[in-house]
Amino acid sequence: MSKVRIFTLFERFWHWAQTILIFGLLFTGLALHGSHGLMAYDTALKVHIVMALSLIGLWAFAIFWHVVTGEWRQYVPTHRGLPAVMLYYAYGIFSGEAKPFVTSPSSKHNPLQRLAYFGFKAAIAPALWVSGLLLLTYAAWKGTFMGDLLPLAWVAYAHVAATFALMVFLIGHIYMASTTGHPWYAYLKSMVTGYQEERK
Amino acid sequence: MSIRSGLLILSLVLLPLQIPADEIPALPAETSLSSTADHRKFEQLAGPFHSGPEVTRACLECHTEAALQVHRSIHWTWRFEQPETGQTLGKRFALNNLCQGIAGSYERCSSCHVGYGWEDEHFDFTAEDRVDCLVCHDTTGTYVKFPTGAGHPPYEDTPFRGRLFKAPDLAHVARHVGRSSRETCGTCHFEGGGGDAVKHGDLDSSLLAPPRHVDVHMDPDGLNFSCATCHEFTGHIQQGSRYQLKAAPEAGVAVPGRESDRPACQSCHGAAPHDTVIHNKLNQHAEFIACQTCHVPAIARGGLPTKTLWDWSVAGRRDEQGRPVVEMEDGLVVYDGMKGAFQWEENLVPEYRWFDGNMHYTLLGDPIDPSAPVPVNRPLGEPGQPGARIWPFKIMAGRQPYDTHYNTLLVAHLFGRDENAFWRGYDWDAALASGMATARRTGQTEAGFSGEYGFVDTRMYWPVNHMVAPREDALSCESCHSVDGRLADLPGVYIPGRDRHPWEPFGWLAVWLTLLSVVAHGLGRYLIHRRRMRGAA
Repeated sequence: MSKVRIFTLFERFWHWAQTILIFGLLFTGLALHGSHGLMAYDTALKVHIVMALSLIGLWAFAIFWHVVTGEWRQYVPTHRGLPAVMLYYAYGIFSGEAKPFVTSPSSKHNPLQRLAYFGFKAAIAPALWVSGLLLLTYAAWKGTFMGDLLPLAWVAYAHVAATFALMVFLIGHIYMASTTGHPWYAYLKSMVTGYQEERK
Repeated sequence: MSIRSGLLILSLVLLPLQIPADEIPALPAETSLSSTADHRKFEQLAGPFHSGPEVTRACLECHTEAALQVHRSIHWTWRFEQPETGQTLGKRFALNNLCQGIAGSYERCSSCHVGYGWEDEHFDFTAEDRVDCLVCHDTTGTYVKFPTGAGHPPYEDTPFRGRLFKAPDLAHVARHVGRSSRETCGTCHFEGGGGDAVKHGDLDSSLLAPPRHVDVHMDPDGLNFSCATCHEFTGHIQQGSRYQLKAAPEAGVAVPGRESDRPACQSCHGAAPHDTVIHNKLNQHAEFIACQTCHVPAIARGGLPTKTLWDWSVAGRRDEQGRPVVEMEDGLVVYDGMKGAFQWEENLVPEYRWFDGNMHYTLLGDPIDPSAPVPVNRPLGEPGQPGARIWPFKIMAGRQPYDTHYNTLLVAHLFGRDENAFWRGYDWDAALASGMATARRTGQTEAGFSGEYGFVDTRMYWPVNHMVAPREDALSCESCHSVDGRLADLPGVYIPGRDRHPWEPFGWLAVWLTLLSVVAHGLGRYLIHRRRMRGAA
């Protein structure tokens, strides 16, 4: 077996920093929404704001990195090979078939991953940020024409709806990315070490 | 030798150098530095005085404009023209759901009038010597108005309902006048509604010397404010009306030395008093939430319960001697044959409404809908309207007489020396006819009384302003930002933590279905994998 480096140090830092921030935002956000009472409201609000701004900062940096390195191409969705991958997760994975996709540094994500990550980056995350920034700056725009056009409740509903989409994404992502490798934890390990063991 | 004792010795050494003792003579010990006049030295106040107006005439010899100033104040006129609603209010016109109204009962009600002798509709509101200076300026604590004396003090010791009212030495009181105090304001404002703590809930005798947690401003060991520290008087006129509250951020900051009669919190604290740590939400909240909403977490906190229900419909029960029955529970009157049934509450959590500062009243003659509780007054202001803020209220529940034919509220003649007075004849027909006749005669209303009456549930909104708690006792965010919080029923605003989109359950359904799918998928893989391993073995 040989080792191939799939994820650079920056990508791993980005991934795990995001993990911490997103889970922190989810926990504090659900506290603010009243879904659980495990944290005082004021603390939750402060942590939520700090983490949200940190995440935006992290993303600004990550976007810069992706543009400069050209790695953004990893997230362009493709339909080629998508049915095969979907069929594999629906059936082949049970019967022990080989995965119809091989991870490589130039193609890190299978077509289903590309689609899911693209959806996260292009729809869920922007929806959260735009609505979140609007909520954060409500005091500044509520007295303007925007306040007449856009009820606060709509912004909040959008933020919460995007949170549900995020939770659905997270559950699927965690399951697939941490249990469907060979061995089952292979992808998780590669996201920690950066290396993937190639099966000959 | 400590630093302190060193400084002491140093100052003793330097003292003779600083103040030559022969240039600034010491004041007599009893001379107050707060005034340039010692009223004990005034010939005019030597007395003896036989009546209140006699004292007033003596006061006016020097304070020539004082009575005319008082004549302009609501304390005298009991009349307030509400500029926003156009209503004529004040005790002469407005009703409440405690003692209903003053019509016909002047001798009793005017024991809290800043005057002498308002015993019927013929009272002369232009008479200067009818102004009662002493009720506000007494510093001896011995001056008192007799409850049924039309504003006069008892001129000889007189008992009233089991309590002896001692006649004050008017000359002694006159020689010891000074600034108003919690005691002088409190004789009326703590006793509103017929007794201590009854009416407001945030004003009672616990404020004479409240601990810090009851009132952070009036704590004698702390800031030690009197009422007039905030309700500053200029020419005997003060601000702070519940008919039209002006506690708005745009009131501006009070400047010492300038004519400043603004009682708003912002007058001292400014419009952005909260520290900004990461976010500025608290100051932003202050734009649409009154300070009192968070900083007066409950009222009747000083150990005195306030009345929350007054049901007139059951009044009138008397014993065999014809005396009104009185029933007590836990030391509180829960039934009085003169007044009906009561409920009381201590540490009462206020209720919250949008309020722009303007109160609209249901006056005599205004049509009511008796099928629902009638608002005797209601706070105006719509959510989102400029100037409207979320404000705490004590909502007083009442059950009081109304005209079942005209569907209007009525006022009963309660106190008086004739048999029409309810507290003498116990006859609602006569008391209501007499009360309404007096109200018409005095110009309070043009409404008639059909002769048919019933009792209707009423509600009255008392804006909460006092008993400001220390900051550590202010409400926390989740007091309102929660599903069953204090603002659970407040309309017109999205409150994070309280509000949900009606479709939100579908969001959770999606989350749970995803989780279920993932678990089923994983379990299937695991079971198939195990079977295959067994097969291989």
